[in-house]
Amino acid sequence: MGDRTKLAILAVIAAGCAALFMLTHLSGNLDYIIPRRAAKLAAIVLTGVTIAFSTVVFQTITNNRILTPSIIGLDALYLFINTAIVFLLGSQTLVFMDDHVRFLLSAGLMVLFSVLLYRLLFRREEKNIFFVLLVGVIMGTLFRSATSFMQLLIDPNEFLVIQDRMFASFNNINTDLLWVSLLTVAGVFVYFLRFADYLDVLALGRDHAVNLGVDYDRVVSRLFVIVAALVSIATALVGPITFLGLIVANVAYQLLSTYRHRLVIAAAALIAVAMLVGGQWAVERLFTFSTTISVIINFFGGIYFIYLLLRESKSW
Amino acid sequence: MGQIMLKKRFLIPVFLLLSALSLFVGVKEIQLTGLLQGDKDQWQILWVSRVPRLVSLIIAGASMGIVGLIMQQLSRNRFVSPTTAGTEDSARLGILVSLMLFGAASTLQKMLLAFLFALLGTLLFMNILSRIRFKNAVFIALVGLMLGNVIDSVTTFLAYKHDLIQSIGAWFYGDFSMIVSGRYEMMYITIPLIITAYLYADRFTIAGMGEEFSANLGLNYRQVVNIGMVIVALVTAAVILTVGVIPFLGLIIPNIVTLLRGDHLRQNLFFTALLGSVFLLVCDILGRVLIYPYEIPIGLTVGIIGSGVFLYLLLRSRDHG
Repeated sequence: MGDRTKLAILAVIAAGCAALFMLTHLSGNLDYIIPRRAAKLAAIVLTGVTIAFSTVVFQTITNNRILTPSIIGLDALYLFINTAIVFLLGSQTLVFMDDHVRFLLSAGLMVLFSVLLYRLLFRREEKNIFFVLLVGVIMGTLFRSATSFMQLLIDPNEFLVIQDRMFASFNNINTDLLWVSLLTVAGVFVYFLRFADYLDVLALGRDHAVNLGVDYDRVVSRLFVIVAALVSIATALVGPITFLGLIVANVAYQLLSTYRHRLVIAAAALIAVAMLVGGQWAVERLFTFSTTISVIINFFGGIYFIYLLLRESKSW
Repeated sequence: MGQIMLKKRFLIPVFLLLSALSLFVGVKEIQLTGLLQGDKDQWQILWVSRVPRLVSLIIAGASMGIVGLIMQQLSRNRFVSPTTAGTEDSARLGILVSLMLFGAASTLQKMLLAFLFALLGTLLFMNILSRIRFKNAVFIALVGLMLGNVIDSVTTFLAYKHDLIQSIGAWFYGDFSMIVSGRYEMMYITIPLIITAYLYADRFTIAGMGEEFSANLGLNYRQVVNIGMVIVALVTAAVILTVGVIPFLGLIIPNIVTLLRGDHLRQNLFFTALLGSVFLLVCDILGRVLIYPYEIPIGLTVGIIGSGVFLYLLLRSRDHG
């Protein structure tokens, strides 16, 4: 089977999941249900695409298949910055502050800080991938604890006012940010196109890329900015889902017989959309909200991650 | 500086000072003069709330530190601890299962299942560990953390299904604010365990050198390792059941002691216990003062300081080879 055929099949599956999500259990006021479901669907699709996209790019610039932005704690960093803004400005200002402004402010700071984090993690020629992973995981824990810590320091009454608006989850999808996210993704993508052709070269590794005339450090740091912006969007819309990127990127590589990024990114995005939309449908209809999709993905993703770790360790 | 910190003549006064401070910090005011005048209310608060809190803080800090040290000694890996071996997450799963099976489970039932699960989880991790040929400290810690994550997602999944999210949340962040007399006595279980650990210290050291080496010296390797694991699981279960998860303590305290004092297990046990208590006392007093009259759960304070110190130890280990 050719890669294009596989992509087409994936597209059909993703579209099927979307149809299932939109059209089953329709009853009652359709004028209310349809736009609401459409907004939710759009948010989930956007999340799937941004996570797949950012993970594949991230894995290429770090040259490995185990690291993902969420595993090194980038989504925790976003939540940390978001809470820090509330903490420093006081929630009174925030009640009146436009959500869009806060989102853009958080995303902007996130880009700044994640570049610092990147420098810290990947400074010098760090050969030990496990070291980077462990430091990233612990940083994620640190950010999460610090986030909860600040939330406690904020006056509990004030905090309740903004809690729902601040922390999205799959049961509380933040559809208000849909348009601004869509515009940001579009902007990021246009910016990305200038670097798109470099990805296949970067995948060869630093030395080869430099030999072929790529301004390696410049391109990689620009791409990392793109990754940070995409992670902010996904986290703002549905909250953190740690292992989704890891699963979809690896499945996409397994499925396709090519390493060309154009196809891999498309496949990963379609797989992510199918998994998230299909999964969310199952959670809502089959489990009747008795669980969340993040829990399921974390369970299987965690096992898969341990498997990847053990496999990787054999090659040492 | 670091060397002075770990001298008895420095650490013991600090410990006593913090303990005294801990007794007098709180929403309800207690004063030395009031106690001396025999104020009944103040004495009651002291006995019902402050003393149990102090005792459980000291026991929890000391025993979690020692447990971490035993695990590191037995696995010969400085980054193995209840936090990084799935022990804590397994114990929480055990508590959840006991709530599911027995409805309103008694403390004993919860304790039994938490212990069994903690033991199974740790053995599972040790089993994975023995299959890995690549014994890099960092790698092992990573696998353990991820195993913990997987167990944790099972807990969350089951808790969601049975509407127990809030109940299980109580054991997520360690919290000493609910400790009053009648609710902390489970902690005393750990005292005989700590004494056993002290008596077995040299045997743990030998067992850490490997199965063959132990056999050569006439040591029953399996038995010693099993005793170690039982102590680890029992202590972790008792602490989590009474106060909740205290992350990273079993990881960073033994590492700091070993870093400053070398590798002698039996001597280090005392310092690990003392430093663990001092660390918990500091975190607890901070948590009580920062948003007075509210409290910050100690699990959170320890989580921030603990992960920060662990990061420092990690980065340091890279810079020094």
